[in-house]
Amino acid sequence: MKDLIKKLTEVYGPSGHEEQIRETIRAEVEALVDEIRVDTLGNLIVRKKGTSGGKKVMLAAHMDEIGLIISYVDEKGFLRAQPVGGIDVMTLVGGRVQFADGTIGVIAPENRGEFRKEPDLARVYVDIGATGREEAQGRLGQVVSFVRPFTDLGRRITAKALDDRIGCAVLIQTLRQLADSPHDIYFVFSTQEEVGLRGARTSAYGLQPEVGIAVDITMAGDTPEAPKMAMKLGAGPCVKVMDSGMLSHPGLKDRMIETAEAHGIPYQLEVLAGGSTDATAIQLVHSGVPAGCVSIACRYHHTPSEMVDMDDAQNAVRLLVALLEKPFEL
Amino acid sequence: MLLEDLSHAFGPSGCEDEVRRLLARALRDKVDDLQTDALGNLIAFKQGTGTQPRLKVMVDAHMDEVGLMITRIEKNGLLGFRVVGGILDRLLPAKGVVIGQKRLPGVIAAPPVHLTKPEQRRQVLPIDQLAVDIGANSEDEARELVKIGDYAVFDTRFQVLGEDGLHAVKGKAFDDRMGCAVASALADGEYAVDLYLSFSTQEEMGLRGAMVAAYRIGPDLAFAFEGTVCDDIPKKEDVSPTTEMGKGPAITVMDRSFVADQRLIHLLIEVAEANGIPYQFKQPGVGSTDAGAIHLSRAGVPAVTVSVPCRYIHTPVSMASLNDLDHTVALMRATLAALPEKWRAA
Repeated sequence: MKDLIKKLTEVYGPSGHEEQIRETIRAEVEALVDEIRVDTLGNLIVRKKGTSGGKKVMLAAHMDEIGLIISYVDEKGFLRAQPVGGIDVMTLVGGRVQFADGTIGVIAPENRGEFRKEPDLARVYVDIGATGREEAQGRLGQVVSFVRPFTDLGRRITAKALDDRIGCAVLIQTLRQLADSPHDIYFVFSTQEEVGLRGARTSAYGLQPEVGIAVDITMAGDTPEAPKMAMKLGAGPCVKVMDSGMLSHPGLKDRMIETAEAHGIPYQLEVLAGGSTDATAIQLVHSGVPAGCVSIACRYHHTPSEMVDMDDAQNAVRLLVALLEKPFEL
Repeated sequence: MLLEDLSHAFGPSGCEDEVRRLLARALRDKVDDLQTDALGNLIAFKQGTGTQPRLKVMVDAHMDEVGLMITRIEKNGLLGFRVVGGILDRLLPAKGVVIGQKRLPGVIAAPPVHLTKPEQRRQVLPIDQLAVDIGANSEDEARELVKIGDYAVFDTRFQVLGEDGLHAVKGKAFDDRMGCAVASALADGEYAVDLYLSFSTQEEMGLRGAMVAAYRIGPDLAFAFEGTVCDDIPKKEDVSPTTEMGKGPAITVMDRSFVADQRLIHLLIEVAEANGIPYQFKQPGVGSTDAGAIHLSRAGVPAVTVSVPCRYIHTPVSMASLNDLDHTVALMRATLAALPEKWRAA
């Protein structure tokens, strides 16, 4: 699974520009599925037909990652940027970014002293080594992602875009390990989550599922002086109870807990104060969809070096496979 | 000029009747169907000349403008108010307004320089210390003329500033009567595609009209037209002007409400270049438009926003170039003509 995660995290794919990551995922799943298509907003929708007696289930993990969009090119060829998703400006400086065509840029503040006092994206620029406006003008409107290699730390891993390529990896592994299922399952690799759960909303409307489950990261509270949160690395996948956008469907949450306990899969309960997932959007389409979320605890979210525990990812796959291989009622 | 009438029309968010009547009159003989929906959106339909199945194209411009709403009537006859849509407090004092479609004139009260202490001259009066003065002597007299909940808009005359060069005009509500002018001009042509012209309500309150209009129409793709931010006056720093007046229609790549469909962006660029129409990109990341609501409708709609650059929007008076308006209409006519074939290829 680490090889898969390395492959997924190193691919370029900021919100609205998911073509490359979509093709990477398509290559992994194509041979395993009954139907595969891309919808209007670019969601990759993969169907594994159910045998019978199950439900129409939508699983969602978002392909997109946070990034920056080039908003202005100045006289000297330096690029200014606006955020794509929740960017923490402090984590940008000194780092590198990549364009869709592989071009690399360096991020620097105008004045380090001022920046230390007040980190501000408006006072930061991207330097692609251009010598003037002419050379760089074509970059206006283009989008960049972080550059940072995947690193294997043993039980834990660190990479950019684990939010939510770890979820994509969990979905792919679930698809690989799930034999026959009574449920008609749609694996949705969604777009534009980081800019407002947009891909999940339109794909859920199109699919009109009976059950929606998002797989995404959640914040871990196990680092020095971290805000008080129960979630920690290595304690199992998190069964979401609530976040700032959703109260999980109680029946679906209980089925997840029962499944974990019946199979001896470690799990933790998640109450997240800030943030939300694709499940929030799925829950509210048409006349409502029972929705829940399996989360992977993650440190340093929305930085170029996010960190998760491999056991949590593998146990998330076990939990989903065990949940989906049998019929369930909510 | 339709733009002049549109600019003069009274139409703050939720009170777009006058704009809708004006547009309905202008479009009646040019379209095949004209409807007003539950939220007040005016939806005109122009059947395509192509063979079935025809592409269903939605073009959108919002009728509403930013304005004021009267919230209290004081003992002395002055009128307290709140803003409807985004207007900076500092732009309000000493501006002329008209209240209601009967256009009762008033002035937003402001102390003269004589009564202002030096430190006060640098301060912005908060909106709760401002009031509209209609020259009434008492609460009773004011109540005869005005009700709580009445709307007001800026009292601004439309003018052409010059026939040459930029062919500039000034007036109120160019955001988004400029877009309404673009959309209504498209009713003059014949297209292979089925065209839905949606003049939407309550954009300034959260893209509300467009959300339900898009749901009703269920388009294959959509264009939103805007009079958008243009900040090209000289500045000390080398920073983005957002858009520039006189440089042609501005194409949105991404704003706070949506990421534009790549195929539609490329189509617009291709058509502009093939026809020698100037164009520019709007600074990404700024503002929201109806495309934000439309693209999330049902199972998703490919959408893009095309704007006429307008200086000083969301103030009492904005300025724009009629050349930009003409170029935007030309770009959209050519794009609609190219659409069925190019879209199939995209």
